[in-house]
Amino acid sequence: MSRERDFTSAILDARLPVPSGLLDGQNQAAGRRFSVYRNNVAVSLTQALHQGFPVLTRILGPDNMDGLAGQFLRAHPPVSPVLAHYGHALPAYLDSLPQLSHLGYLGDIVRLELALRRSYHAADAAPIEALRLSTLSPDALLACRFSFAPAVSVLRSDWPIHAIWRYNTVDGAAKPAPAAEDVLITRPDYDPEPHPLPPGAALWIDALRSGDSLATATDAATAAHPDFDLSAPLALLIEGRALTDISR
Amino acid sequence: MSTTKKTLAVASAVAAALTAAATTQATAQAKEKCYGVSPAGQNDCAAGPGTTCAGTSTVDYQGNAWTLVDSGTCTEMDLPAAADGSARAGSLEPLERDLPA
Amino acid sequence: MFDSIDRSAPSGGPSKGPFSALPNAAGVGYKPQHFQSLLDDAAPVKWLEIHAENYMGDGGRPLAQLRHLAQRFPISVHGVGLSIGGEAAPDPDHLARLKHLIDWLQPARFSEHLAWSTHDSHFFNDLLPLPYTDQSLGRICDHIDQVQSTLGCQMLLENPSSYLAFAESTWEEPAFLHEIARRTGCGLLLDVNNVFVSATNLDYRPQDYIDAYPLDLVGEIHLGGHDEDEDDHGKPLLIDSHGAEVVDPVWALLDYTLARSGAKPVLVEWDTDVPEWPLLQAEAIRAAAALDRVRETA
Repeated sequence: MSRERDFTSAILDARLPVPSGLLDGQNQAAGRRFSVYRNNVAVSLTQALHQGFPVLTRILGPDNMDGLAGQFLRAHPPVSPVLAHYGHALPAYLDSLPQLSHLGYLGDIVRLELALRRSYHAADAAPIEALRLSTLSPDALLACRFSFAPAVSVLRSDWPIHAIWRYNTVDGAAKPAPAAEDVLITRPDYDPEPHPLPPGAALWIDALRSGDSLATATDAATAAHPDFDLSAPLALLIEGRALTDISR
Repeated sequence: MSTTKKTLAVASAVAAALTAAATTQATAQAKEKCYGVSPAGQNDCAAGPGTTCAGTSTVDYQGNAWTLVDSGTCTEMDLPAAADGSARAGSLEPLERDLPA
Repeated sequence: MFDSIDRSAPSGGPSKGPFSALPNAAGVGYKPQHFQSLLDDAAPVKWLEIHAENYMGDGGRPLAQLRHLAQRFPISVHGVGLSIGGEAAPDPDHLARLKHLIDWLQPARFSEHLAWSTHDSHFFNDLLPLPYTDQSLGRICDHIDQVQSTLGCQMLLENPSSYLAFAESTWEEPAFLHEIARRTGCGLLLDVNNVFVSATNLDYRPQDYIDAYPLDLVGEIHLGGHDEDEDDHGKPLLIDSHGAEVVDPVWALLDYTLARSGAKPVLVEWDTDVPEWPLLQAEAIRAAAALDRVRETA
């Protein structure tokens, strides 16, 4: 039996005995000295989950978050030493927990928090000078394709995830009403910003990100949502310094 | 809508977007940031905070089954229990779905 | 807060650190909340240390801050996740991330721990202990060879804080570290708080440990605060929390060490319950004073 396997099993499961052959300075059994490692691992990963998912922590309250973290860190210990991205498995884990089945939005809220963190650490990219768009002829505009900053992402949800996020981060924000919401994340400088998107806009941005021309993306969005107007989502992309190149 | 009309509609929507973006950028610069992602999950080489095990026995790191207690803002937010709109008491409005195309 | 820098250079660009070595002066572990204070009022801090794993993203504020600081301060990169003491070789993906950071930043130093943290591709986020045997010695030397040849630079290896000992150990820790350094050409990082913590926990005199330590191989000294607990027999069990001021006996042990080693780069670490800048600065002032004293007597 490897020492490491012994150690890690006993660290994650406090019901297991302390591994043998561990001593104090007087050659007596180490006993609860081993608990220092059990505590370090459990406490530091619990802390990482609190810090990484502040909105989830507010929604559940810190005590519930402790309990959830204690279970999650044992079911899914980090698979990378880079803790900044710990928690990838959390959305699916939340979706599977019977205690939380009445809070169906939690998985998507955690997906939003993960996306905000990815955006925070994404590569920098210089935005286009938006005025370039105003110099193009209408036909040239329609043929445009755009490159996007790595910090940009779009989430689609059956839940009012932006309203829930706001309610738990902004003082005095309105209580979320039942509605499906799509969210655009941009990072104009160093702080990611989530924005709610009007109907059709997520589809439109995803089409543009996949390389469709402005004409093709706009046709697709209008087909799904006849009232679709690109001016609001395009303004969000420009304000959010999300567009990094224009090509034909 | 004819192709020409559509082309012009897109062009004017782009122009509207540029105007809107120019206006908000000017005001956004003056506005204080209300949100910044904290550098979540920092790695460090110290023992975790609250690490001392005095008197806690196995409680702090047991991680056994956990039961949800009434706490947090989930008790204030009244949202249907499932995404298909099957509602809990008090929230019977149908969801306004953005159907995927 | 980081809104005042020139954003014209994208994060992909190299940031050739202008500093090739750490000065024999006081440094602190860098925390983002101290960014502005370090630009405004760093004295006597002459260098900074970062934890490698916090700067492995692709861009954004962390790397922008680091790029900016690296123009002003020599930077020491301190890894906390390479698992050099592990049964398995360091994770190639993680080593590649580390190399990317080192190539980009060109720090004055790179160091890691005599410890392990990864098993079976799971990361346990703690510096876990290992037995000191001929077998573990050979394995660690292989891992260090691999790290040094991948990074293309010498690394420093740090002595751990110990809470227990292994029945199968056949080496004393200072001799074990000395032999690793002899075989691999790595240098050593001496954490005097870790020495004090381990000595208290395992019943030896910290001065004896320092006397046995190959001080000529030490490229950097660490200091930090610890917590106090008790073991099953009511004996003090010190915990390396980095969440408080350095205690007087550890300052005394620093003096004892510097009197034998001469001036070295000395770092104050404060990682949990991070204080406002003036309190950490006060710790750095104390470290700088210890260095001044050893220069006066030299």
